[in-house]
Amino acid sequence: MSHDPSDPALRTEALEALLTERGVVEAPAIDRLIAYYEEQVGPMNGARVVARAWSDPAYRARLLTDGRSAIAELGFEGPQSEHLVVVENAPGVHNVVVCTLCSCYPWPVLGLPPSWYKDPAYRSRIVREPRAVLAEMGLALDEATEIRVWDSSAEVRYLVLPERPAGSEGLAEDALAGLVSRDAMIGVARIPPP
Amino acid sequence: MTEPGDLLPVHPGDLLPVSGPAAPPRANGELVFAAPWESRTFGLTLALHERGLFAWSSFQEKLIEAIARWEADRPRAAGSETPVEYPYYRCWQQALEALLADLGLCAPTDLDDRARTLAERAHGHDH
Repeated sequence: MSHDPSDPALRTEALEALLTERGVVEAPAIDRLIAYYEEQVGPMNGARVVARAWSDPAYRARLLTDGRSAIAELGFEGPQSEHLVVVENAPGVHNVVVCTLCSCYPWPVLGLPPSWYKDPAYRSRIVREPRAVLAEMGLALDEATEIRVWDSSAEVRYLVLPERPAGSEGLAEDALAGLVSRDAMIGVARIPPP
Repeated sequence: MTEPGDLLPVHPGDLLPVSGPAAPPRANGELVFAAPWESRTFGLTLALHERGLFAWSSFQEKLIEAIARWEADRPRAAGSETPVEYPYYRCWQQALEALLADLGLCAPTDLDDRARTLAERAHGHDH
């Protein structure tokens, strides 16, 4: 460890020690929250939401109307899902999500964001030149496809409902969930046929 | 980020297994935190929020300010056009420190003093 007092690890340790001594926080609460976000929440939650929407038209309708209530039906709730808007891809329409100011992201369904989502380059460029950025990320969309960029904020977080891939017609919901990737739910990837 | 209610879902039975053959791909190969202090700072922030000490939107305002500050003064590696790596959790940490100072929960001088004390620990005791 560094001996520089501006070292972030030292500052973290110092802050936690001071707040613990002052009775403001307790280490087990911190441990629990870290473990929860490292182990219990992640894109598998969103994958279940997507698979349910693909399998159950009534659920899909509820999801598109009130994302927060629909994900709560599956037990997913918490910070950054209070106003969850689900945007649906369709032939000719592709949705992609960003947070231009910081890192807003629907934690309960996707976990914590990947580093590229927080990166200044993605945050500025996806708004200015979405087609080029998506192509660089491996998603080539033809000129006829409309790209809708959704900027997350304190008020609204977004989740992309990807198109169900061809060839997945016979699959049960669990198997469908296994096809759904994090990147597809942010809108920077498509889901390939199984 | 509005006022979250419970941070933790109370339906653990609805969660998929996180390991073993039934576990779906989760982190897509990417670590959530790059260093232990990043997860500690994250967890500390959530724990303080869970105690009701601030609205999440208050923290978010500070985070946006810290990120904007870094971007306005974006450091570049000497002699290179390559920007240095984006220090997201440094911004997060600065945001938390600024918020706690505003709330009177931890003065910057207290924090500096403690960090300096920790930095001066005898070698071999700095873990």
